[in-house]
Amino acid sequence: MAHSARRDCPELPDFSLLKTLARDHLIYLLEQLPGKKDLFIEPDLMSPLDRIANVSILKQHEVDKLYKVEYKPVISTSDQLCFLIRPRLQTVKWICDVANADKAAGKCRRYKIIFTPKKFYSCDAVLEEQGIIGDVTTDEWSFYLLPLDDDIISLELPEFFRDNFLAGDQRWVKTAGSALHLIHSLYGPFTKIYGIGRCSKMAYESWREQVAEGEQRAQKAEIGKVFLIDRDVDFVTPLCSQVVYEGLVDDIFRIKCGCVEFGPEVTSSDKSMKVMLNSRDKVFNEIRNEHFSNVFGFLSQKARNLQTAYDKRRGMDIKQMKTFVSEEFKGLKQEHRLLSLHIGASESIMKQKTKQDFQELLKTEHSLLEGFEIRESISFIEEHINRRVSMLESLRLLCLLSITENGLLPKDFRSLKTQFLQSYGVDHLLTFANLRQLGLLVEQQPGEMLTVMESKVGKLVNDKTAGKLTDAFSSLARKSHFRALSRKLNLVPRSDEEYDLRVPRDMAYIFSGAYVPLSCKLVEQVLDRDGWTGLEEVTKLLNGHEFAVTGNKGADSKAKSDAQRIVLVMFLGGCTFSEISALRFLGREKGFRFIVVTTAITNSSRILESLLDNHV
Amino acid sequence: MSFITANWNPLGEAFYRKTELYEMSWSLRDGLRDSLVAAAPYGGPIALLREPHRRSPSSRPQLEIYSASGVSIASFPWKSGPVVQVGWTVSDELLLVQEDGSVLIYDVFGTFKRHFSMGQEVVQSQVLEAQVFHSPYGTGVAIVTGSSRFTLATNIDDLKLRRLPEVPGLQGKPVCWLVLTQDRQTKVLLSTGPDLYILDNTSCTAVSPPGLGPQSGSIVHMSVSFSYKYLALFTETGHLWTGPSHLQDKLNEVDTKNTNPPQQMVWCRRPKSQQPSVVLLWDKLLMVVGVRQDNIQFPIEEPCVLVGELDGVRILSSSQQELLQEVPLVCQEIFKIASMAPGALLLEAHREYQKSSQKADEYLREIKEQSMLGEAVRQCVEAAGHEYDSITQKDLLRAASFGKCFLTDFVPDPFVLTCRELRVLNSVRESSVGLPLTHTQFKQMTLQVLIDRLVYRQFYPLAIEICRYLKIPDYQGVSRVLKHWASCKVQQKDLTDEAIARAVCVKVGDSPGVSYSHIAAKAYECGRTELAIKLLDFEARSGEQVPLLLKMKRSQLALSKAVESGDTDLVYTVVTYLKNEMNRGDFFMTLRNQPVALSLYRQFCKLQEQETLKDLYNQDDDHQELANYQVTASYREKRLDSRLSLLQSAVDEYNKAKNEFSAKATEDEMRLLRFQRKLDDEKGAGLLGLSLQATMEALLALGLHKQAEQLYRDFRVPDKRYWWLKLKSLAEKEEWEELEKFSKSKKSPIGYLAFVDVCMKSNNRFEAKKYVSKVMPEQRVRAHLAVSDLEGAADAAIERKNESEMALVLSRSSTSDRLLIDRLNRAATVAKK
Repeated sequence: MAHSARRDCPELPDFSLLKTLARDHLIYLLEQLPGKKDLFIEPDLMSPLDRIANVSILKQHEVDKLYKVEYKPVISTSDQLCFLIRPRLQTVKWICDVANADKAAGKCRRYKIIFTPKKFYSCDAVLEEQGIIGDVTTDEWSFYLLPLDDDIISLELPEFFRDNFLAGDQRWVKTAGSALHLIHSLYGPFTKIYGIGRCSKMAYESWREQVAEGEQRAQKAEIGKVFLIDRDVDFVTPLCSQVVYEGLVDDIFRIKCGCVEFGPEVTSSDKSMKVMLNSRDKVFNEIRNEHFSNVFGFLSQKARNLQTAYDKRRGMDIKQMKTFVSEEFKGLKQEHRLLSLHIGASESIMKQKTKQDFQELLKTEHSLLEGFEIRESISFIEEHINRRVSMLESLRLLCLLSITENGLLPKDFRSLKTQFLQSYGVDHLLTFANLRQLGLLVEQQPGEMLTVMESKVGKLVNDKTAGKLTDAFSSLARKSHFRALSRKLNLVPRSDEEYDLRVPRDMAYIFSGAYVPLSCKLVEQVLDRDGWTGLEEVTKLLNGHEFAVTGNKGADSKAKSDAQRIVLVMFLGGCTFSEISALRFLGREKGFRFIVVTTAITNSSRILESLLDNHV
Repeated sequence: MSFITANWNPLGEAFYRKTELYEMSWSLRDGLRDSLVAAAPYGGPIALLREPHRRSPSSRPQLEIYSASGVSIASFPWKSGPVVQVGWTVSDELLLVQEDGSVLIYDVFGTFKRHFSMGQEVVQSQVLEAQVFHSPYGTGVAIVTGSSRFTLATNIDDLKLRRLPEVPGLQGKPVCWLVLTQDRQTKVLLSTGPDLYILDNTSCTAVSPPGLGPQSGSIVHMSVSFSYKYLALFTETGHLWTGPSHLQDKLNEVDTKNTNPPQQMVWCRRPKSQQPSVVLLWDKLLMVVGVRQDNIQFPIEEPCVLVGELDGVRILSSSQQELLQEVPLVCQEIFKIASMAPGALLLEAHREYQKSSQKADEYLREIKEQSMLGEAVRQCVEAAGHEYDSITQKDLLRAASFGKCFLTDFVPDPFVLTCRELRVLNSVRESSVGLPLTHTQFKQMTLQVLIDRLVYRQFYPLAIEICRYLKIPDYQGVSRVLKHWASCKVQQKDLTDEAIARAVCVKVGDSPGVSYSHIAAKAYECGRTELAIKLLDFEARSGEQVPLLLKMKRSQLALSKAVESGDTDLVYTVVTYLKNEMNRGDFFMTLRNQPVALSLYRQFCKLQEQETLKDLYNQDDDHQELANYQVTASYREKRLDSRLSLLQSAVDEYNKAKNEFSAKATEDEMRLLRFQRKLDDEKGAGLLGLSLQATMEALLALGLHKQAEQLYRDFRVPDKRYWWLKLKSLAEKEEWEELEKFSKSKKSPIGYLAFVDVCMKSNNRFEAKKYVSKVMPEQRVRAHLAVSDLEGAADAAIERKNESEMALVLSRSSTSDRLLIDRLNRAATVAKK
């Protein structure tokens, strides 16, 4: 069922180099602390670390025992403790407690903290305040990028989203710039860089600075173009229910670092099983980008093919049988195993998603996107809240309603919020405050007030330095213009036509033909036009901060090489699997290959969870 | 030209030649007599301490520093203590080891840099002798003290003193000694007269050089080669023993017929040469001793000093400087009389060609017949590199250039490179610069280091010329020179800040890789803060300005620059700095003007200092945030009354912020909490902390209908919500009668399809059917389908004449239901009309 790909799609660069570099650096750092040592690892670094250096490699470099950082007193008996952590104050504080407890007990140990990807000054400040800066040595493991698949690279920084967009803390921007710099120095030079969003612009500038500081090596470019985009440019797409296989698997089972844990109901045994989901899984590779309605048909066809292949055994003589077993059998076995897993997963998804609720939910989402039957949608949401179906789902629908409708009417705003609080607890007052700040859930402003506010903020944003300062204002100014954007960019296809999901005609197929993801549409438009010309009205609606820069003179822009058709799209604040699928589709249509770099893989639940503020 | 071999002296299979490098431009009154002399290898500077033993304050010894060509660089009277030894570091810094064990470091211009001591105990026992040595780890110093103990510092830039173990039976200083670097270890080899010892970190081992018989007598002088590979020992009977420095083997033993110990003994060999030789210097005689018994002798007229180099020995006297070296093989082949080597023939051919003689063709033919032309060109190019005289260089290069015309596959790179490098070498060999580097030394020290040395000696224009000429990328070349130049420029005291800033800006411009902040830091170091600030203004990257501004206590400026840079970490640095620097009120005011810094500080406070956070909000009158803060705090509180009081203050703040919605919601929460507490106390219901909905659910599950009803009324819960709740709860508890009663209590606000669905969820079709008839017409088909009543569904659909509903029913019916399908199809066709 694979789509008829354009045959001239260029080859992707080999990103395993990134892993090798990270591993070598880690080993070097571990060797800086000779002798046996216990290693404490931050929980969310466990999986990424496992992709880079497994336990046996760590053991080879004199790591004795491995612990998870759990904010509890340590029980290690080693006299050397090594901590591999993100530069988070909370963790640093805990290490201080550990060291101070040892001191009080008269224990003498050596401590080494390895920050990844870099140390923040605030970490040093905490160490100093707690009086142990002299007792620990610190290092930085410059592990910026983890290749999750041939075309997905993740910074594995889920907190990027909240820190940057909610707290206005730009500490990770330079990290993003460094990540881009790393890619540039290995696979560049880039010929063209496009971007939209404040954070993108800052990351771009940080990267430029690093390029200017470092030496430049002439090399053959493997990546030609780069597109940077902020997550807050498009909140609609990640808030929609995903219906492409990979996205669905992520929504339901949560893919973690390219790996998913299927429970007993999927594996049809009594154990759960961890499965790597990437292009090396042949079955998965063929269905990951498919609309879910096609997946079953494909899987059953596949099962039939497999049966035929097995059936070849009949009527073989001994010699043929021998070659069959040695050559094909293993592959078939493997395929068989994967096939049954994915069939199990699909069944499980079906069970959850084919309930009437889900169909209604999708219908509501589609009406919100189209802007029809809004009252019905509001009552559906109301019912959803009242029945306490799922807190995150309710919140998601509320946000979707607010963004697509450019804010809620004051009456609806109050009543829906009251009902939400009644259902899910009053602590969500804080959640609402956060959502409001991000512009995800707001009250419709009476027309007049808005224009005054807009012009005020507009003035501030025009002034360059002021633009950098008006963080707090920008969210207020960031009123959503979804409807206008949707019209300008033709995001919602006309609904009266039949949409054949088996033969997608545009990127809308990832949402059952109801909506072309805004983020991906922007990428398409900018690549088509080689810049933002002609999109002025769109960028104005998106609050500006767009740029398109031609790369260094070093890169030969005229070269019509394959590299020019390799486009790196960097999402600052996370991207969803659906967007990746859409880009893959776009690539096949236009003869591009897209590489997605993201601060983390996200979906509606992850976005909303990061904005919850109930410390219960 | 033909006399080129005139100064060649045969020794074994090789030849040695003495080339004059310079007529020394100095005029020394007493020559080199009675002076401590130190000359740095690689054509480095020369330091002279005249009459080091003079101690009276009226006549102090004079310290003089010259370039290798004798141009004076610095000169001043030595006012510190008595000096035992003078030496140069690898980076051209002058070391003076004093009797009391302190070592003073000066730069090449005689400016004092720093000092260190070789240990406290040395002050008592005094340094008897000292040596400065170079190893892969840097420059080291070794001393022997009055108590006959050795102390070593392997690298003076990373000072670690090592006191070596005692040498048995040694009184005073040894007869002779030297420092060896072997197997990544630094050791001392010493002779006490009869015995030879090796001292390392832990032990003192007696050794004897293989093949050196006792009849030779005790060792009175020793020398190790430039690379620490070979050792030469001179005995009291005038025998010279040579061998590898690990003392496991022997190369040669020669009787020099000279029983006086030499003044100096230095190895002379070139890399890869198989014929190492030793140069010995006596009062009137210079002797080169090779691996065989033969030697070369040169008479000496005035006092000399030998300087060991990588590929030869420099001989320094008060009037001139010469280089003694083995003639490189390729030069031998070309210039040896009657040589038939291809290079020699090519040189001859070119010479004839210039004379317009047809012999040129004959020579050329001869080379070509042996198809050796490529080799001939290569030889000429290589030999040119080794020649010191520029006329000879030109002859050789012209010959090579002539020869390459007849080659088709000539690779020009080595030729071009040699031409360029020779030009650079010739210009640094100029007497005014005074770096007599050979090509081999140049290759070893690398171009980078050469430029560094020029910069260090402040030959900035020449360094820039060279960088440009050799097309070194700006980053490593011109920019680096400019950086040093500017750092030096800002120290010029006779110029105004204005003038210097302008001069620097004009010259440096925006050359890549030159950091103005670096230059500014230099200016600040020499106490010119204003100049530093002026220079910082040129710095394009605001991030670079911040640390220096902080250092100069311009913290406000630093904060705005940090914010401009967009680097949060940097902003944070400044914020922490300000926090400790200012009083709280001013600090908060400063932050207020910098929203980015403020939000950052808030983040920090959220994790570290909750109380400060409150103060911050208070100062800003940010009631909304204060209220949110109180709400957050209330969740950390275990006790109900304190929780309620926090919520009450939150309500107050919300009211001040005119956020009635949140105030109301918080008040509701307080009411709910009180209610839950009451019920928990009365019935042990365990409700505290649940949401309103969850509370009602729990109440209904416990059968406390009255209380649930009360909440429903008190909190004005929407009817729909309450109906859903009650419906689900009753169905879950399977109280079907109660449910039926409830359905009839009034018209359901959520319709009756919900009843059907909920009953079906509990798998009770019987109950579900009861409600089908009550469902509104437009949902009735779905209701019938939900209870799997196809007939009913079909009836309803036909009644409503709704095509899509009919299709829906059709899709659900199995093929055996012929009658039904027919009926639907018929109705559908009717409906279409």
